[in-house]
Amino acid sequence: MTFILILVMALVTYLIRISPFILFGKHQKTPLWVTYLGKYLPPAVMSMLIIYSLKDINPMDYIHSLPVLIAILTTGVLHLWKRNNLLSIISGTVVYMMLIQKVFI
Amino acid sequence: MKRVFRSAFPLTIPVLLGYISVGIAFGLLVVKSDLDLWVALLMSVLVYAGAMQFLAIQLLVNPVSILQVAIITLFVNIRHLFYGLSFIDLFKTFGIKKHYMIFALTDETYSLLCAIALKEDVDQENLFFAVSFLNQLYWITGTLIGYLIGSWLVFDTTGIEFAMTALFVVIFIEQWLGYKDHRPSLIGLGSSLIAVMVFGPKNMILPAMVMILIGLMGSKSLIESKEVHL
Repeated sequence: MTFILILVMALVTYLIRISPFILFGKHQKTPLWVTYLGKYLPPAVMSMLIIYSLKDINPMDYIHSLPVLIAILTTGVLHLWKRNNLLSIISGTVVYMMLIQKVFI
Repeated sequence: MKRVFRSAFPLTIPVLLGYISVGIAFGLLVVKSDLDLWVALLMSVLVYAGAMQFLAIQLLVNPVSILQVAIITLFVNIRHLFYGLSFIDLFKTFGIKKHYMIFALTDETYSLLCAIALKEDVDQENLFFAVSFLNQLYWITGTLIGYLIGSWLVFDTTGIEFAMTALFVVIFIEQWLGYKDHRPSLIGLGSSLIAVMVFGPKNMILPAMVMILIGLMGSKSLIESKEVHL
């Protein structure tokens, strides 16, 4: 049963990922509105993923929300300053881990 | 091909960190839930979708019907419906690799490929494939490490999952700087915040996506005109 359930999850996930190619891939030229969405969805989706990754944190619950806020600011400011992906991500994560392990307990 | 992988590797380092650490967290959780190693590995090889795999642990421990699993998967991963849209024309030229590229289009791989696609003078087919393949390798490796080290961890990894948020933040900033019009980013933020507040954290994805689609289609002429005139 476990095996079948995993196969179902795999199949549904793959069908979602392939459906734009099946729906629009056969056209000689992709419709203009699809091209438009393809170009402007990425920044909108990235914003959504940030919120999605923080969705379980209640902003009023400072013990949990302040470390997230500080870590995001660290990541963001550092990135605007140095434009180094790795540096920004590692620094933000280390700051977050220290905050929730040592400071906001 | 070896050279392609060598030039792909530095690009994938942010995902390496994110996937190894979240993969380890996933592996650890599988051990804690008394599921076998093959279950963890099969999911990371065949399903390859982070948030869904964490949810899947719960679904496998307290089994629900096949139909329910299918619907939950659809809702959690429906955002991936967007991702292929950006690569329809590009992947047409990719031949046999196209199928793996489509299968491996996760949140992080998608973001990375969007960033790479902005650079013009690269061998996109092989570089894209190498990036996707390396990313899944990290995910599977993280899963394996997490399962193997189980409970005898020597340091406290609480909070390491923030690496994923940090990656999204970095890409968000890159896109903010790369696009002339910030409305798409703002539409995404606004829609998601409203969705969380109105529908709650568990049910936010679908309403957020619907609002994003409506917002983007509604401001299509505004956004397009700005891009042309500036």
